[in-house]
This record gives sequence, structure tokens and C-alpha cells, in this order.
Amino acid sequence: MKHRTAHTPSRTAPQTAARTAPRTPRYSVGSPIADTKAPDGPVERRWDQRRFEARLVNPANRRKHTVIVVGTGLAGASAGATLAEQGYRVTQFCYQDSPRRAHSIAAQGGINAAKNYRNDGDSVRRLFYDTVKGGDFRARESNVHRLAEISVEIIDQCVAQGVPFAREYGGLLDTRSFGGVQVSRTFYARGQTGQQLLLGAYQALSRQIAAGAVEMHARTEMLDLVVADGRARGIVARDLVTGRISTHLADAVVLATGGYGNVFHLSTNAKNSNATAVWRAHRRGAYFANPCFTQIHPTCIPRSGDHQSKLTLMSESLRNDGRIWVPKARGDTRPPERIPEDERDYYLERIYPSFGNLVPRDIASRAAKNVCDAGQGVGPGGQGVYLDFADAVARMGREAVEAKYGNLFEMYERITAEDPYRAPMRIYPAIHYTMGGLWVDYDLQTTVPGLFAIGEANFSDHGANRLGASALMQGLADGYFVLPATLNDYLARAPHQPVADDHPAVAEAVAGTEDRLNLLLAVGGDRTPDSFHRELGALLWDECGMSRTEAGLRKALERIPELREEFWRRVRVPGGGAQLNQSLEKANRIADHLELAELMCLDALHREESCGGHFREESRTEDGEARRDDDRFQYVAAWEFTGPASAPVLHREQLAFDHVHPTQRSYA
Amino acid sequence: MRLTLRVWRQTGPGEPGAMTEYQVSGIVPEMSFLEMLDVLNEELILRGEDPVAFDHDCREGICGACGMVINGQAHGPERTTTCQLHMREFGDGDTIDVEPWRAAAFPVVKDLVVDRSAFDRIIGAGGYITAPTGSAPDAHAVPVPKEAAETAFENAECIGCGACVAACPNGSAMLFTSAKVVHLNTLPQGAPERESRVLGMVGAMDAEGFGGCTNAGECATACPKGIPLPSIAAMNREYLRAARRAPR
Repeated sequence: MKHRTAHTPSRTAPQTAARTAPRTPRYSVGSPIADTKAPDGPVERRWDQRRFEARLVNPANRRKHTVIVVGTGLAGASAGATLAEQGYRVTQFCYQDSPRRAHSIAAQGGINAAKNYRNDGDSVRRLFYDTVKGGDFRARESNVHRLAEISVEIIDQCVAQGVPFAREYGGLLDTRSFGGVQVSRTFYARGQTGQQLLLGAYQALSRQIAAGAVEMHARTEMLDLVVADGRARGIVARDLVTGRISTHLADAVVLATGGYGNVFHLSTNAKNSNATAVWRAHRRGAYFANPCFTQIHPTCIPRSGDHQSKLTLMSESLRNDGRIWVPKARGDTRPPERIPEDERDYYLERIYPSFGNLVPRDIASRAAKNVCDAGQGVGPGGQGVYLDFADAVARMGREAVEAKYGNLFEMYERITAEDPYRAPMRIYPAIHYTMGGLWVDYDLQTTVPGLFAIGEANFSDHGANRLGASALMQGLADGYFVLPATLNDYLARAPHQPVADDHPAVAEAVAGTEDRLNLLLAVGGDRTPDSFHRELGALLWDECGMSRTEAGLRKALERIPELREEFWRRVRVPGGGAQLNQSLEKANRIADHLELAELMCLDALHREESCGGHFREESRTEDGEARRDDDRFQYVAAWEFTGPASAPVLHREQLAFDHVHPTQRSYA
Repeated sequence: MRLTLRVWRQTGPGEPGAMTEYQVSGIVPEMSFLEMLDVLNEELILRGEDPVAFDHDCREGICGACGMVINGQAHGPERTTTCQLHMREFGDGDTIDVEPWRAAAFPVVKDLVVDRSAFDRIIGAGGYITAPTGSAPDAHAVPVPKEAAETAFENAECIGCGACVAACPNGSAMLFTSAKVVHLNTLPQGAPERESRVLGMVGAMDAEGFGGCTNAGECATACPKGIPLPSIAAMNREYLRAARRAPR
């Protein structure tokens, strides 16, 4: 192994030492997290209280502070624009060629807000309640209530920016309903809500870039965090065009880098979405919370073969009008139109009569898996269920269906060459979102002072399962409203002596990054980076996907370190570092996926209960539903990194439910 | 399927480039065009050769990152993005030419990757509504007629891929620029900046070196999102109106 001899042991330690890590005990338990910084008092007054207590920075002094924002999705773009509007100097990064392309752009269905424009009984309190319940009682009440309060301001903000939401003939905003709720609170722009919201935030950010208030670095990827004297003070980044490694220093660092669904290789995430920023921050001291809470979306287009590079989501909004079914008989290979009505099993309507096809995502996904496991699945390999619009077309007319879902139907037809107006769609669950992420307090600050995480990158608001149309809400709440208030407080309180370019922490981070890239280039093995990604993804999907068992997770925990070792021995990355090198980018991200995957499985193994998207076969009710264990697991699992060769430490943050009483979720 | 690919290879900006021929096999009709290139790249990596660089990300036709000229057509024979083009559109034994966007304002970065940052600068010159966070009135304070909302949406669908520029014989960015002008100028929220917006964006577009419009209409034919050609006329109207009113 060339790389072992070519470098000093301390430099090679991060990747190679893990193979000799002791296998038991796999983790130890540290001190609980006692204070999340949420104010006491009535839940509906806490955000107001926190904002009042937060110290402010004099407008004239704001230009003296620099804030780094990594990522330009809904959370990052809205934060960068808002901080710049307030007068801070912002340095912002994205790996894409333009900030407009961040993966929020692909969100389809809509954004929730407790406007109650429909007069259908909605309120801030109901959105709060639905979100806590939908998250299976594993989210913080304080945070969720704040999210519900802010939801109404987000819609106002976006409309003012010119986001073209769907409207009624009277010129007012239209809404629709979404899974897991019984009110119509989802605002939408056809099936492209994420695109329109992101373009609104991108345009606000562009205004600040043109004004010189935001220094934008596109095609630049963060590869490490600089922690100097106990505070986050900058990042190490690579210019993806020239390969140049540079350091950027600031008074605070904000990560808005999205989720880690691509650990599974096949997901609905963009191909280049990755976990490097959050994982490097974790290795620098930021706790990682609930990594096993991953969301599997019930309505995706099934994979068509081994060449598959990613999976495509079909918006959950389709479940408003589409009916999900499978043949009652096992192995029924007749075409769907030849299967008579009484030989079809509309299983969601049968099992969950009051929510029907609109049950939350985790429940719909598991139900699909169950019928497929029972041999009733349709399409290649029996890995699919029907989503049928025949009734909707008969009821509303083809034109109305087209107006509502036209672009989704078109996308389906383009990918599958099947016309969903004639034959039902085939759908199957796929990895879509990660509720877990960097642990943050009420201020969205991680355990590294000065390091904030917003949007999907943090763990905060969705508990063990996110409701549809809530990701856009949370990303924009964090970026437009929460972070700008709490960051003020941090910057006002802490004196920030400038960090010198030659500070030891800077030199160490740069050297570590360069070594790592050089190692990847030096292996010269016989396997492509993608081949490792596919293998890791398949393992995780089998053992840490829709349902998890102790035996499977133990198997994955044995296999992942072996795979990691093989990666660093056999990967092949052609070309050099000082150029546009997409293989190098990919390999570097996969190296981090190989580490994060282990923590995900460990978290899933330790959480011996079923809740939300985390389903442990050993913990279920008599009728097969998830069984939570509130006595043992009503906490956030925040993991501390202690070194590549030592076991992580578990810190528990106990959750209190003073306003929503935990019950077994029932959607029947 | 077995295919012959002729791909534009160029190591860096300003470097000489050439069409290079590759054979790929094991291609199935369900693959997307980019998955077919993935197959080629996996082989190149194992042979120790530099894989073909191309931009891509969401692979579901919405981020606008991908884009290449396939057999002379921007995004290829179907009216969609390259990532949503499937190999069922091609036949066994076909020879396929793959080139980057070619336009003076989109310099080649490497192989099929081009620099489209000029688009960002056009947006920065007025493609927004000034509405600082926190200053918004209630969303229902200003009703927007459904028709205006639909027109705005139709134009807001632009994904900024650059196919319009690549398809245009003049390398013009009129369709891209007009889509944003029409989106924002149609809405009551966009009215206060109506004039400065169109003047600023057209000025930036010209400064970036995009060509003029001669109504060839190739842009709207290539556009994967169906941005309507009349948006260009609408922008011209906005421009004339604004230019007449602007202080000289």
C-alpha cells in the first residue's frame, strides 16, 4: 500500500486506522445534553422571548463581521441574502456552477403554512401539533412551534419576491392537502414549488452579489472546517476548476449543505449532493444527531436496471388524487387494465380508512414494502405498486388532472415510456430526505461555537419522520428568519480577534486536506469510485433501509470497515489534483460516506425501538405497526466523534412533551 | 446496443480540442444519455484514461446543470434536458456526436463543461424584486389575476441551462433574459422596478458578449421548458417603453 509508506502515520491515520478500531464496545455513553438554550415559559412565547433576549449588533458595526455560508439551497441562499441585507459581509460557496442549481430546486409538491386561508380549522397550533405527531414524538417542541409560527411569514416573503404560486380565479393563493394532515395548508407552484422558491431566494442573493455584499464562490467545495481556539473560524475549500486549495476565514460559519441521502447511492438527491461538509464538521467536534433517521419516500419511479444512477421522485401531491393498489393475487402478471376492480387491493384505503392514500410517508413506504414482500408487487422484480389516476380522470376530467400534475405525468412518461393517463403509474419507495444531521441548539448553533447548521443539514425540526411540504418550510424558516436573529446574538457576544492566515489550525486543516486528496490520487487501484458507492448503497439499503434488524445492522457494521479498507487500497482516481477532476471529487465524497454510513448503522442498532422512518423489526405492535419505546428512547441521540480509532460517545438530549401528549400514532 | 461516440475533448480553457472517437457497448434503451456516458467513463477510468467531464446534478430535468449538443442539436433529438433523454431514442450501431454548448459568452472549461456564469450576472443586473426579508405585506394583500400568475409561472420555469444560447445562430441570450423580465414584470409586485429591470438586464446581456436576436426562433425550439418565443417580443416592448421614459 503505497500511501501508508509515503506518509507519516499521523497524516494517514484518519482513514487507515479505522480498520484496526476495536469492534466492542462500539460506543460509550457521555454526559447528557441538559441545556438546548430554548427559553422556558409558554411554548408560544418562547421565540418572541429569545429574540428579545438576543443581543444585537449595531448596524454600523455589522460590516466589520464576515460570515461564511456554505451552500445555496433554500436555507443557504435565504440566509446569505438576509445576512447581507442586514449589513454583514458574506462569503458564500456552492459546488454547482451557479447558486441557482442547489438541490432544493428539485422539490416538487409544496410548502406548508398555517395561514388558514381555507378556513378549514388550521392554525399555528395545529401545524405544530401535526409536525410533532408526524415526527413520531422525536422532535423538540420549542423548535417545532417556532417553525409553525414562522411559516406564515415565509409565504408573505416569497409572494413579495414574485414567487408565482398557484392562484384561484379571484387572484388569491390556492392550497392543497398533503400526507399526514387533514387540512389544506400546502402552497404550491404546479409541481415545481422548490424551483420557484429557490429562484426567489437565488434572485435575492444575486441582488446582494451584484451589490458587492456577498462574495460568491461557485464551483468551490468545502473540504474542511477551521476551528481555531475553540471556535469555528473558517473553511478549507477546493476550487473545482483549478484544483486550488484555499482557506477562507470569518467570524462565524454557517453550513447549509443539505442532507446525506446519497450515502445510499440510489436516492432522489442530486448526484453531487454529499455529506462532506457536515462530516468534516463532525470530525472537528460538532455532534451528529439521529443519523439513522432517514426518510424513504413512497412515490418514486422504480429502478429499471443496474445502470441506474439515481431515482426520481413523483410528488407526494399525486396521492391527493391517485389511488394506490396492487393485485390481490400474488404474482398476478396481467396488465393493470385487465384486473377487475374486485381483484384489486387498495391497501392504504383498506388499512387506514380515515387517512387513506394520504398517510405519512413512512407508513405509506412500509405498506408498499409489505405488499411487495408478500408477492403482490408489480413490474420488474415485483418491486412496485400502482398509483392509479383512472378515477381522478373520470371525476375531474383529463384537463383538470393535466393542469394539476401535467409536468409530473410528462416526467413519468419520459422516463418510463408509459402514459400515466392510460395505465397506472408504477411507484416504489426510495431514499429521499434525512431528518438526522448536525445537532443544533435552539439558536441553530452546533456544539462547535460559531458553527451553525441550517436546513436539512441540521437535525432539528422533523423528529423521526418529516411531513410532506415541510422541508421547504424549514429551510426558509432557518435561513430567512431564525439564523439572522440568533447569529446576531453570537456575533454581539463574542469578541472576534482576527485569525492569522498562518494560525496552526489553518495550516493543519490545509495540510490534512491536501494529504487526503494526494492519497486518493496515489492509490492507483483497480476499482472505480462508483463501484464502491454502489456496493455501500446496496448494503445500506438492505440493512439500514426501510426496515432494520439487529442481525442485519451488525452485519453492516462488520462489512463497512472492510469496504472502507478496500476503498483506500483499491480505488482508482485518474488525473491530477490541479485540474477539473470529477473522479477525485466523487472519490473524496465517497470516502466520507464510508465513514458516515457506519455511524448511521450504529445509531440504528442502538435505537431498539421503531419510530418514524426508523423501523426495527424487533419492535412492532401485533398488527405490524411501529412500536415506540418512550421510556427508553424519548431522546435525541447526539454522537461525538472521538477519533478514527476510538468509539463514538453518545450524548442524550431528553425530549419533553408538555403540549402534545405522545400517543401511538394512528392514521386508521 | 453498441454505439460509436465522437466526443469533444479539451483539457482546459483556451486549449485546443478535438473530436475523439469511443466505442461503448452494453447500452440498454432504459438508460438516460448521462448514464450511457457514465458507462463510458467507468471504462475510461479502468483503462487509466481521463473520463469525459460534463456538468450534471439533479438528473431529473430541473437543475439546469446538464447540457450538450448531441448530433448538432442542443440537448439532442427530444425536447428535454440531456439527463431526461433516453437511449431508446437511438438505434444499435448509431454514431453520436457529443459537443459542448458553443457560444462566445460560454467559454469551454473542460470537455463538455462550459462557463455559464454570464447568466448569473444578467440576473444580478435586475432579475429580482427588491423585498428585503421581513418587509413583506400579507400574501393576500395584493391579489394577482390568475392569468398574470400563469404567464409569470410559464416564464419562471426557465432552468438556466443555456440551450437557447447554444441553439441560436447568433449565440443570443434573449430568450433567457426575456423569461425573467416577463416573469417579474407581469406581476404587480414587480411593477416598481419594471423599467430599471429590463434596462439593467439587457445592458448586462449585451456586455457579456451574447449576440443579437434575428428572430430565428431556434431558442424556443430547443428550450426544454417551453419558454414561449413571444416573451422576446414582450421584452422588446418593455425595453422600448423603459428606454423612452429613461432620463437621457
